[in-house]
This record gives sequence, structure tokens and C-alpha cells, in this order.
Amino acid sequence: MYNEKVMDHFMNPRNVGEMKDATCVGEVGNAKCGDIMRMYLKIENDVITDAMFKTFGCAAAIATSSMATELIKGKTIDEALTFTNKAVVEELGGLPPAKIHCSVLAEEAIKTALVEYFKEIGRDYAELEAQIHSCEDCESCSHG
Amino acid sequence: MNDKKLIYVDNGATTRVLPEVVEAMTSVYNETFGNPSSLYSLGRNAKTTLEEARERIASLIGCDPKELYFTSCGTESDNWAIKGIAANALKYNKGKHIITSKIEHHAVDHTLKALEKQGFEVTYLDVYENGIVRPEDLEKAIREDTILVTVMYVNNEIGTIQPIKELAAIAKSHKIPFFTDAVQAVGKLDVKVKELGVDMLSMSAHKFNGPKGVGALYVRRGLLPANLIEGGGQEKGKRSGTENVAGIVGMAKALELAYARMGERAKIKEMRDYLAKKLLAIPYTRLNGDKDIRIDENVNVSFEFIEGESLLLLLDMYGICASTGSACSSNSLDPSHVLLAIGLPHEIAHGSLRITISEDNTFEDMDYIAKTVESVVSRLREMSPLYDAFLRSKE
Repeated sequence: MYNEKVMDHFMNPRNVGEMKDATCVGEVGNAKCGDIMRMYLKIENDVITDAMFKTFGCAAAIATSSMATELIKGKTIDEALTFTNKAVVEELGGLPPAKIHCSVLAEEAIKTALVEYFKEIGRDYAELEAQIHSCEDCESCSHG
Repeated sequence: MNDKKLIYVDNGATTRVLPEVVEAMTSVYNETFGNPSSLYSLGRNAKTTLEEARERIASLIGCDPKELYFTSCGTESDNWAIKGIAANALKYNKGKHIITSKIEHHAVDHTLKALEKQGFEVTYLDVYENGIVRPEDLEKAIREDTILVTVMYVNNEIGTIQPIKELAAIAKSHKIPFFTDAVQAVGKLDVKVKELGVDMLSMSAHKFNGPKGVGALYVRRGLLPANLIEGGGQEKGKRSGTENVAGIVGMAKALELAYARMGERAKIKEMRDYLAKKLLAIPYTRLNGDKDIRIDENVNVSFEFIEGESLLLLLDMYGICASTGSACSSNSLDPSHVLLAIGLPHEIAHGSLRITISEDNTFEDMDYIAKTVESVVSRLREMSPLYDAFLRSKE
């Protein structure tokens, strides 16, 4: 079901854990759907110098969180704004169709953290926030 | 990961085919390979072998061989029983109401959902927190236009045993046919159809150490569900298709062995109880399904703050084969309908683990499973934001 790279990131997740001195934190997902991702970013001089995560979810959710933190580290804020789930999927060498949802969560967790950062530094976050879907927009489950 | 250990505890999914069963089947493949419908001796021998297997199975479950029909699997038997009665009801304009439970296997549940699209109305009986239907609820649900009651004997996920004898008696008192999907019961409980009083009962060979691809449907004499499969008129014209003689012989052998071992099941229960106790000692863990009214091999628990697919994949790395009711093992984001029916919140249903043991397992296996599950659960909780939030809320 999962390729070796996905399994590697699931079995040996990179950057997992809490970041005590994070600049901003973004959390997305819903326990009812079975996945929650929390991303911690450390930002210095407009560069993401460190990223960590905590995830409740399936193997794909954990692997995409791990890969997303690897990809986002070292990026400038402007580069991070163009970050998409596709990059995570590609870097992982593909995901089963039913699991693409998990990679979307990874992208949105990072963007949610950045919204928090923008709020803090007084930058307009409206455009960025509009890219993040809420649980209510999703029709994948019945709990409503 | 270097551990070559393989501990199979997913016997609810399928079971190992016993060597005696393989031997019996091999002999059919090698020596009695004729088509039972052929007139020459090779065909006639195959027919005799087939009918002997039918007699052996019928005698074990306590019915007349003429009341036993072979099919390709449990799912086919379920489809046939339900659609066959529904088709009769349509033909004779008898009504369109069916009663079932909220925790049926998809083979029944999805068949009923398909009938709902054709205008049938289905009442789903509640199973309460313990996962068991209450007979008084069936009595209340019965209507003038009820044409069928179908309740499973043993639930495949949580192992709870339904009060089939009582339910069948209620249906009978209203002259409504009663069908039970007994796929998870046959071979584990001493099933005798006449004592149970059911009108139809389905079973599947691979759930009791027989081969895959063989099922059977018991149909009480006098009841004739409409055919599901048409063709060359095998099985007295009720289920066409060349009989899977080797598979059927394998089924008969496997069922004989299962009934012969029926008295030795105390060890399975002891192992299960031993494991359940250890698993339930892990904090924030609950048992799903009634503690006592369940089959001996089943333990189903939910670990809060973690998700089942991750748990299963990590267990697999340590050689443990088990299953989960998490959404991530299915195509939707909804967890198991069975776990939701017993009142579990979605987030806790996602963290469920089903272990179904067999006599192949040992107490050492139970220790290894308990130890591994504990370490994997704590590893996943370590990275779970839900657990983290919970710990904070406690502070």
C-alpha cells in the first residue's frame, strides 16, 4: 500500500516532537476524522530555520508531516507561501489516492502556522488564510 | 524489524488451512476431479464425494442434507438469503419491511442498503453499549409488512454473541422468516440450526480453518428464497455453477475438526482473558463489546489519542498481524459502523485494535503482543497532539 520512502518516514519520522521555542504553531484536522497535525515553526529573519511536528493519524499523516518539515526547513517566508501538498507527495514518491487528504493537511498546518506568524508581525494574512479549508468544507465523513 | 517472529492473531479475517484439510482437498484434485454432473464414473464419483461432504456438514449443524446448499462464500450466502426473500416478497406483494441490527457485516448491511434503494424499508435494531440486540426491541419493530428478520450470530469486530434463539422465536411467532449470518459463529460455537430455530443460516469455510471460496446456506425445508445465480441447475436448481468439490470436501473436513475441538476451547478463552487484562492495564484503554457474551477468541480494545492504522503497521513491523476499525483502513473517513453503534465517539473508534486468536497461539505470544502493543501505543501517543492536549488539560 505504501512505498518504502513513505514507510521510512512513518517508521523513522524526522523532526517529531514539541518545539519549546517555536515562533508560531499551526494545528489542523479533526480528531473525529482520525487526523490532527500540529506544526511548530521557528522563524529568524524571515527564514524558517527549524520545523517540528506532532501528529495523530495514520501512517500517511505521519509520513507527510515528517516530509513537510524536512521540505520547509531553510525556506524563506515567501518560498514557504508557495509550498503545496504536491511537493510533499512528489518527494515521498506518491501516496495512495485515499491518502492525498493527509498531504493537504500538512500543507494547511504549515500555512496555519504562518497565519499566526503574520498576525504577530502585522502582515496581511487574509489571502493566506483563504487557502486553508475548514473541517466543515469537507464531505468525507458523516459526523458533520 | 530483524525479528523473524510472525504472530497471526487475525483469525476473524481468515484462518490457516489445516494440513488434514489440504490433504483431503488434494485427494479430490488428484483423484476425484470429475464434474459431478457428468454421467461417467469419474463424474459419478465426484458426485458421491460431494454428497458425502454435504451429509457430514448437515449432520454437524443438525439439518437434513437437502436443506444445505453450497455457495462460493459467506457473502454470496448472505446475498442469496436476503435478496431471495426480498424477491419473493415483491413477487407476491407481501410487504417491503426488513428488520436487522446496526452491527451487521457489510455482506448483509450493504445488501440491505441496495434493497433500500429499490424501495424496501429497513429497521436497524440498536445494540446498546455492550453490542447486543435486545429481543424486546425486535418484538416492537415487527410490522404487518415485515418480510424478513436478519441478525448476525456473532459480530465480526467485537465478537458479541446475539440472542439468536430468542430472536428467531419472536420472528416465528409472527410467521416471519429469520436469517442469521453465522459466518463468525460456525466452527466456534456448537451451532445446531434446529435448536436455534432459524430459517436460514450462512457460513464460510475459511473462517474455521477451511479453504477460501466456499460457503454454504442452510435453508429450512419449505422455505424457497428466489435464486441468486442461474445456470446449469446444480444444487437442485437453486444455485447453479459447477460445484467446488475439493473446496466443499475441505469445508467438511475443517468443520469436523472444529466440532471435534469444541471441548478444548478453554485454552483459547484463558489466553484471550490473559491478553485482555494486560491490554486493559494500558492507561486510557477500553474494551469494546460485552465482557462475557462474546466468542472466546476475540478481544477488541480502543486506545485513546492514537489512530489504528499506524498502530497496525507498527505491530506488523514486529511480526504481529491484527486488525482495526479505524477509518484509515477503509475508503471513507468514518470509522467502523459497529464501534459507532456501541456508542464510541469517532475519535476513540479510530484507535481500535481487534485481536482474534486461535489454538495456534501460546501464552508467550500473548506476552509478546501485550509488551509490543504497550510500547507502540506509547510511541504513538508521544507524537500525538491529542495526548499532549489531554495531559495539559489535566495539569
